Amino acid sequence: MSQPVLAINRASLGFGQRSLWQNLDLSVKPGEFVAVLGPNGSGKTSLLKTLLGLNQLDEGSILIHGQPPRRGNNQIGYVPQQKSFDKDLPIRGRDLIHFGLDGHHFGFASHNKSDLQRVGKVIDEVEATQYVDRPIGLMSGGEQQRLRIAQALLGKPSLLLCDEPLLSLDLKYQQMVSALIDDYRKQYGMAVMFVTHDINPILNMVDQVLYLVAGKWAIGKPEEVLTTERLSQLYGAPVDVLRVHDRIVVVSSNNADELNGHHV
Amino acid sequence: MDIMFNMDLSFYISQPFAQHALLAAIIVAVICGIVGPFVIMRGMAFAVHGTSELAFTGAAAGLLVGNNPLAGALCGTVIFASIIGLLGVKERERDSVIGVILAFGLGMGVLLLSFYHGFASEATNILFGNIFGVSNGQLVVLTLIGIGAVVAMLVMYRPLLFASVDPEVAEARGVRLRLIGFLFIIILALAVTEAAQIVGTLLVLSLAITPAAAAQRLSARPVIVTLLSITFALIASVGGLIASLALGNVKASVLITSISFGIYVIARLVGR
Repeated sequence: MSQPVLAINRASLGFGQRSLWQNLDLSVKPGEFVAVLGPNGSGKTSLLKTLLGLNQLDEGSILIHGQPPRRGNNQIGYVPQQKSFDKDLPIRGRDLIHFGLDGHHFGFASHNKSDLQRVGKVIDEVEATQYVDRPIGLMSGGEQQRLRIAQALLGKPSLLLCDEPLLSLDLKYQQMVSALIDDYRKQYGMAVMFVTHDINPILNMVDQVLYLVAGKWAIGKPEEVLTTERLSQLYGAPVDVLRVHDRIVVVSSNNADELNGHHV
Repeated sequence: MDIMFNMDLSFYISQPFAQHALLAAIIVAVICGIVGPFVIMRGMAFAVHGTSELAFTGAAAGLLVGNNPLAGALCGTVIFASIIGLLGVKERERDSVIGVILAFGLGMGVLLLSFYHGFASEATNILFGNIFGVSNGQLVVLTLIGIGAVVAMLVMYRPLLFASVDPEVAEARGVRLRLIGFLFIIILALAVTEAAQIVGTLLVLSLAITPAAAAQRLSARPVIVTLLSITFALIASVGGLIASLALGNVKASVLITSISFGIYVIARLVGR
C-alpha cells in the first residue's frame, strides 16, 4: 500500500450556522481518480478550497502528503471554476500559463530552457499552439479553459483539483481534456479530485465517487454509490438512477425540478 | 520668427527651473506609466480619482499648517490609501468606501482652503499643478519617492500581475492577495501625489490612466503594454512641458492632458 496523497479524517466544514458537510472521511492514493458530485451548494467547491488552504475546517483533519493544507503548495494543481476574462486584459494565453511556473514569486522572471520546454509541451498537449499567443480575453470559454488546464498540469502536480473543468468544452475537447488528465495520472501517479455535474465523460476513469448532499455524503466505487437505493437514502427523497446505454442519469422520482441543475 | 522661437526654448531649457520641471516630469511619467496598466486591470480608476481628491485635502492642510503642500498631499493620500486598503477588499465595496471618504475629504479641503489667506495661486496650483514651481527640496523628495515606487513595482510585478489577472488561482498558489493589494494602493497613492505636483489633483488621471489605456489598445503583452504606457506618459509630460515653454502662456498641465488624450485617440483608431 502506498502512502495516500490525501487523507481526510472526520472533517466538517460550515460557514456560520450553515454546515456543508460533516465527519467526512476520504483517502486518495497516488494515481486515483475521485469524482466529486452533488447538487449546487453542497460544498464541492468549498472542499477544493479547503484542500488549497483557503478554508479552515471546523473539525477533523486533512493531510496532503502528511502535511496540513497550505496555500502555495507546489504539489497541487488547481483548475478553478470557469470565469471568463475581461476582453481588453493585456495578457496572452502564454502569459497565463507562465503564471503556473513562477507567477507567485517576487522579483524578475528567469525561465530556463527546460521551463520553456515544459510550457511548450503542455501547450501542445491541450492543442493550444494555434491560439496561445492571442489576447486571453478574446478567446472562447473553451479555449481559456484548456489553457487553465495546461497551467495546472505544468508543474506535474501530485494532486490535481479541478472544479467543473469540462463545463465550457464541446464534446471533442471534453474527451481530449479527460484523456489528458487520465494520461497524467497514469504516467506520473497524479491523484485527481474532479468536481463535476456530469460523470459520464469521465465514468471509465473514476475510481471513487464522493457524493455530497445537504451535509451528508456517500463514498465508494461508482457502481456502489450511484444506485437508486444509495442516492434516495442520501437525498432523503426518492431518486432514480437510470442507465441509458453506457450513461448514468439521476432523476427525481416525483419532481423533476428537485434536482435542478444537476444531472449525473 | 522660427529662430526666435527656438532660441527662446533653448534658453528656457537651460534654466534651472525648467530643468527641475523636466526631471520631475520624467520621474512622474515613469511611475505613472508603470502603475497605469494595473490601475485598469484592477478596476481602480475611481481609487485614483479619490486619492487625488485627498491629495487636494492634504495639500490644503499642508499649506495651512506648514506652507508645505507636498508633505500634506503625501500624508493625505497615504492615509486615504491605507484606509481603502484595509477596509474595502471587494471592488464594489471599495468604490463605495472611496465615494464616502472622497466626498467628506473634499469638503474638508474646501474648508481648510477657506482659512488660508496666502497667495491664491497656491490653491489653484494644487488643483491644476505647477510644473515650473518645483523647488530643489521638492525635487529630492519626488525623486526618492519615485525611485522607491518604481523599485517596489518591479519587485512585485509578477505576483501583482497574477493577482490582478487571476486572483483565485494566484491565492491558491500562495500569492497573498490582501498584502499585494495593500502595497499596490500605497504605491498608487505615492504615484498620484507625484502626478498631482505636475498636472494638479484634478488632472491626475491623464497620466495615471490615459497612457495605459492607450497602450492596452496596441498590445496584449504585459511587458510591452507597460513599456508603451511609460513611453506615452513620457511623451505627454515632457512634450507638454516643452510645448508650454515654447508657447509661453498655456499651462503645462493643459498641454499634458491634451497630448495624453491625443495619444489615446490615435491608439483607439489604429489599435485592436
